Amino acid sequence: MEGVEKYLGEVPAWCPGCGNFAILRAFKEALDAEGIEPYRFCIVSGIGQAGKFPHYVRCNTFNGLHGRALPVATGIKLANHEMLVVAVGGDGDMYGEGGNHLLHAIRRNIGVKLFVHDNQIYGLTKGQASPTSMEGMVTKNQPLGVLSGQLNPMAMAVALDCGFVARGYAGDHEHLKALIRSAFNHKGFSIVDILQPCVSLNKVNTYEWYGKRVYHIGDDHDPSDRIKAFARALEWGDRIPIGIIYRNDRPSFESRLPVIAARPLVDGVGKWQELREKLAGSLNEFR
Amino acid sequence: MDYSLKIGGEAGQGIQTIGDALAKVFCRFGYHVFTNQDYESRIRGGHNFYQIRLSDRPIRAPRRPLDILLAFDRESIPAHRAEVREEGIIAYDSSLLKESFAGPQFLDIPFVKIATDTGASRIVANTAATGAILGMLGFSLDPLFDILTVLLKRKDDRTREQNRLAAVAGHEYAVKNCGRCSFSPASTGVPKMLVGGSEAVGFGALAAGCMFYSAYPMTPSTGIMTYLGARAKEYGIIVEQAEDEIAAINMALGASFAGVRSMTGTSGGGFALMVEGVSLAAMTETPIVIALAQRPGPATGLPTKTEQGDLFFALYAGHGEFPRVIFAPGNPEQAIRLTAKAFHISQKYQIPVFVMTDQYLADTQWTLDSVALDNLPMKDYRTDAAEIDRLDAYARHAFTDSGVSPFGIPGKTKHVVVTDSDEHNEAGHIIEDKGLRSKMVEKRLFLKLENIRKEIAPPVFLGSAAPETVIISWGSTYGVVREAVESMGDKKIAMLHFSEIYPLPGLQSFDYVEVLKKAERTICVENNATGQFARLLKAETGCAVTDRILRYDGRPFLMEELLEELRGRS
Repeated sequence: MEGVEKYLGEVPAWCPGCGNFAILRAFKEALDAEGIEPYRFCIVSGIGQAGKFPHYVRCNTFNGLHGRALPVATGIKLANHEMLVVAVGGDGDMYGEGGNHLLHAIRRNIGVKLFVHDNQIYGLTKGQASPTSMEGMVTKNQPLGVLSGQLNPMAMAVALDCGFVARGYAGDHEHLKALIRSAFNHKGFSIVDILQPCVSLNKVNTYEWYGKRVYHIGDDHDPSDRIKAFARALEWGDRIPIGIIYRNDRPSFESRLPVIAARPLVDGVGKWQELREKLAGSLNEFR
Repeated sequence: MDYSLKIGGEAGQGIQTIGDALAKVFCRFGYHVFTNQDYESRIRGGHNFYQIRLSDRPIRAPRRPLDILLAFDRESIPAHRAEVREEGIIAYDSSLLKESFAGPQFLDIPFVKIATDTGASRIVANTAATGAILGMLGFSLDPLFDILTVLLKRKDDRTREQNRLAAVAGHEYAVKNCGRCSFSPASTGVPKMLVGGSEAVGFGALAAGCMFYSAYPMTPSTGIMTYLGARAKEYGIIVEQAEDEIAAINMALGASFAGVRSMTGTSGGGFALMVEGVSLAAMTETPIVIALAQRPGPATGLPTKTEQGDLFFALYAGHGEFPRVIFAPGNPEQAIRLTAKAFHISQKYQIPVFVMTDQYLADTQWTLDSVALDNLPMKDYRTDAAEIDRLDAYARHAFTDSGVSPFGIPGKTKHVVVTDSDEHNEAGHIIEDKGLRSKMVEKRLFLKLENIRKEIAPPVFLGSAAPETVIISWGSTYGVVREAVESMGDKKIAMLHFSEIYPLPGLQSFDYVEVLKKAERTICVENNATGQFARLLKAETGCAVTDRILRYDGRPFLMEELLEELRGRS
């Protein structure tokens, strides 16, 4: 099959008009542009509306538990680092339930590409506040309005010296597609936070709301300057920057492991004769 | 001959170094050796001990009466003096303990002075003491010199020489001054291997082709990670310290999904965090081996002590219904064999398999003559990529007669491999259809379980063939129960030890239920407060034990105490 058709997956069970459709389209086009065959990459997801994403793309898929996509993706990447390993999740999945894993995936700089469908609300469980919900937002479960501060994933990632930090917007197709391609091509850990209107449940952060605020980060921004990147990451409100905020060239975790320098871990499986010889040596250590 | 010695001291004094060196020397001379340890949850201070038993016949548990007590701290004297036989020896350094003791048992040896006279630092008093003990027992020092060379390979020549001199001086001092040292080492045999419980689990994993181990440090499971980590380069495997136990099990599942044999290990509190991952392994049919090294709970409990309190936890951990297998080795030999078997079963049926140990087993060392590498089930259960490529479509969860679907590896075949924690169809995509749901449950659970049951070996049955009394045990109590039963010399008693716990062994090859039904007394010995194994046995076979001997103070059973209990009841 030619073009994006080769990535045709199951029929999406998202609401009509959901920002996820735009992300799905941009993602497939980015894959096609990079010439990545379906069996050459793997998407790992957790639970949430975004967790269903890999079913809608023809690809290797591990749709695991809420919050746990990153450790599973880390295991897959370490077992076969030649494969493109993508993690996908929502703001609740990645910044709430899976927050600890995100911190440590960034620290490791494991070569996993993370795309967060950030709609600032819980979709699957119908409208509770998420870690990125804005303070004061009233929901059925937060009748007093959200009292906790809004998580800024971009500032957090820059503070942790994350390899690749970018923000996209579901309503800006070509820009998003280019960001996804850049993330694919980054060697270490990449995070792309994608602003995604939830047409059913988030009546604050709508297409109109985002449309008025997002602006492209221009060529004048140097993404290797961490201090300037941090300042850019802190921008939120009337103007919200989208584009590559920060990137560095820290070596990826997998590139620092000598045991997989010559071949992926999975290619060493089943070498029984070699194993027997080593075992005999280890037995001698007991003497 | 059958000698026991105990080395007592504060954490940080190096009593483990002395114990390990002595145990190795005894093994080199061909003795059967058994070592166990008791320590506190601290790095410096407190009171710990290391006990060694050596004999010219097989031994399987610690014995209470001590022939030699080596006291490196003051606490050792009141804590263990009563354990020393009347004709035994308490060796100590009055300068170290800042106290002198009178009496025929006491032998004051200036370990620190012997060490510092060589120009070495005070810590080398360890080596002087090791030499002294060997002198007291009438052994030569040659094997110790070999062991010191390995132990001190990262040190400089001068340090090595100082240690050698300290060992010689300690040895000489003991030979000259120990009036009551009448030990008579029997003739030496073939050198033996000394294998610890944690090392055995680690070695078993390597032997089964484990290539990925992710865990979060937790006593008493950390020894497995340490063993594997030290060999990661040699074996070309990855050992990763995860940010928490949830990550540990999920990483292992990721690697396993990608085609690499994977394992994680923890203790009760860490396993509590892993539980959702057990369920995930079951639903996605991803093989995984989980080493669960028990310690007393609830919560943080007694972090460095022992208990068999988590059998039900492992048995019922994970939401939903799915098959699992639980092994509980009774000694390092079983730990090697059953850890390897755990991988084999896990791969063959694509299910989670547990290897349950506890602090006692993890920290005991046993002698073995050899380990047979030929009997290991070295077989790859992943489906060949070329075979999958020939299919029009590949379904990771395809229905088959055995319930086991072809195990495709993502990235290695032209087809995609899809799995889901949601209920799914054969291809791995989310479904909610009731008919398909039932069929998937039957595939995962009933079809597999039928064959899994056939893999489980019968329990160990020793003693009378038609016993009046049967002593039932599981896991780490194997050695102490066996020693107690054998030393009773009662012709009407037998022991039944289970190391393959769940599913319980079938009755085709050995009808142990019949044996239990015919016996007058059936006594279950367990290191827990509620007799979990006895309850499992009743639930699965309908067979209720008549009596239980339970210990739940965080300490292992001791032979003499168990013997007393058994004599009182049979």
